[in-house]
Amino acid sequence: MSLLFENRAFVVPGDTLAEGSLRLGENTYRLQGKIYAARVGLVEYSRGVVSVIALKANYEPRVGETVIGTVVDIDIGAWRVDIEGPSLALLNVTDVLDEPFRPEMVLPKVFDFGDVIVAKVVSMNRDGTPLLSTLGSNFGKVKGGRLVRMTPSKIPRLIGKKGSMVNMILKETGCQIVIGQNGIILVSCGDDEMGELAIQAMQKIENEAHTTGLTNRIYEFIREMKEKGKR
Amino acid sequence: MSTNKRRLIVDQVRLDGRKLDEIRPIKIESGVLPNANGSSYLEQGKNKILVGVFGPREMYPKHLADPHRAVLKCRYHMAPFSTDPRRSPAPSRRDTELSMVIRNALEPAIFLERYPRASIAVFAEILEADGSTRCACIVAASVALVDAGIPMRDLVVACAAGKVEGEIVLDLNDIEDKEGTADLPIAYMPKLGKVTLLQMDGVLSPEEFDKALQLALEGGKKIYELQREALKTKYAKQGEKGSIEPI
Repeated sequence: MSLLFENRAFVVPGDTLAEGSLRLGENTYRLQGKIYAARVGLVEYSRGVVSVIALKANYEPRVGETVIGTVVDIDIGAWRVDIEGPSLALLNVTDVLDEPFRPEMVLPKVFDFGDVIVAKVVSMNRDGTPLLSTLGSNFGKVKGGRLVRMTPSKIPRLIGKKGSMVNMILKETGCQIVIGQNGIILVSCGDDEMGELAIQAMQKIENEAHTTGLTNRIYEFIREMKEKGKR
Repeated sequence: MSTNKRRLIVDQVRLDGRKLDEIRPIKIESGVLPNANGSSYLEQGKNKILVGVFGPREMYPKHLADPHRAVLKCRYHMAPFSTDPRRSPAPSRRDTELSMVIRNALEPAIFLERYPRASIAVFAEILEADGSTRCACIVAASVALVDAGIPMRDLVVACAAGKVEGEIVLDLNDIEDKEGTADLPIAYMPKLGKVTLLQMDGVLSPEEFDKALQLALEGGKKIYELQREALKTKYAKQGEKGSIEPI
């Protein structure tokens, strides 16, 4: 067993990270006994696991995640939703209205083409298509606000430990923020300036996602900008 | 009149002042197109190439989707203003072939089997052409694929070598390609040591072939460093060593 990089060093796909019987973490693969990086990021060695913290990753849906997507097609008894994953997601009528589909139902009256919706991934079809649901509070059609994009792999930083980061932004700006794990974030705010500030804070998080003490720095940033706004 | 013919190599120095085993100056930038999932811009001598990557996303038309792996779609296209005289903007037979060649060179490096039924699209636009554009496209496309966050086995580097006026030279430009007697483009995955493209036109003896191959592989190594550097410039700044905190 040998580690070939320093912990948290920058790696690109194809870099040999380690040799020997270590377990594979995220964004790595094994070939002929060696472990290689599969995405650009920072290597992490911890307790027998080698992984790469991706600095950029495409979205791969997982069961239980909240996503924000756009309705792009209407089938019989189901909507097709673009959640920017490898395939379109399926949203069945039964997962929206909590009643079985009847032919006289008019689907566009519920969600029409181009509607942005907040939904939850409830399961995966056998062919890998994610199945969504909008049952429950906080889900359904988006009525207003602004959409912001972030690399999906950086969403955990926006949330922070037990939601510390996003709660801090909520408290400081008074905005409502819905985070889609697919990298789309909905910011709705009564005060336009505060909305703008929340978005700026998110851009700062994206750029500095992997630095320490980020929550404090973002807090200082928001405070500072608020002071400037008052003057 | 042979006396009027311009010589391409004088005292081991080429027309543009390069040595025989020297590559052209290369500049690579990643993440230049905000609307694409991943992108890169490459300048290699007078070559100027822009690459955009989209996906993995739904495959259209659906009947062409592969139930076992993602489909890689490549488009190599030369802009009408990329050559002198102007070139027709319609894709030519050559464009179609190079699209296929680039696709074959990139496919082994991507984990296509992770995204069944999906498609990944690579669009390479040649803004200015000056020889070895297929190699330059592969170099730029692999940076753009990494920038798109698509899982990859390795980067792919590509470099050409050839024979001009009896000498084996590295990284041919347009005149050398046209006046020369052989051209040998090669693409490979440097860390895994696997060749993904090897073409040759013209005539080389087995010894010359070996020499050209070695030269192209050496050139590839230099280009690999530049690809790394391009990604590092864009991403490493975000996570300087020792500054991450676990989430």
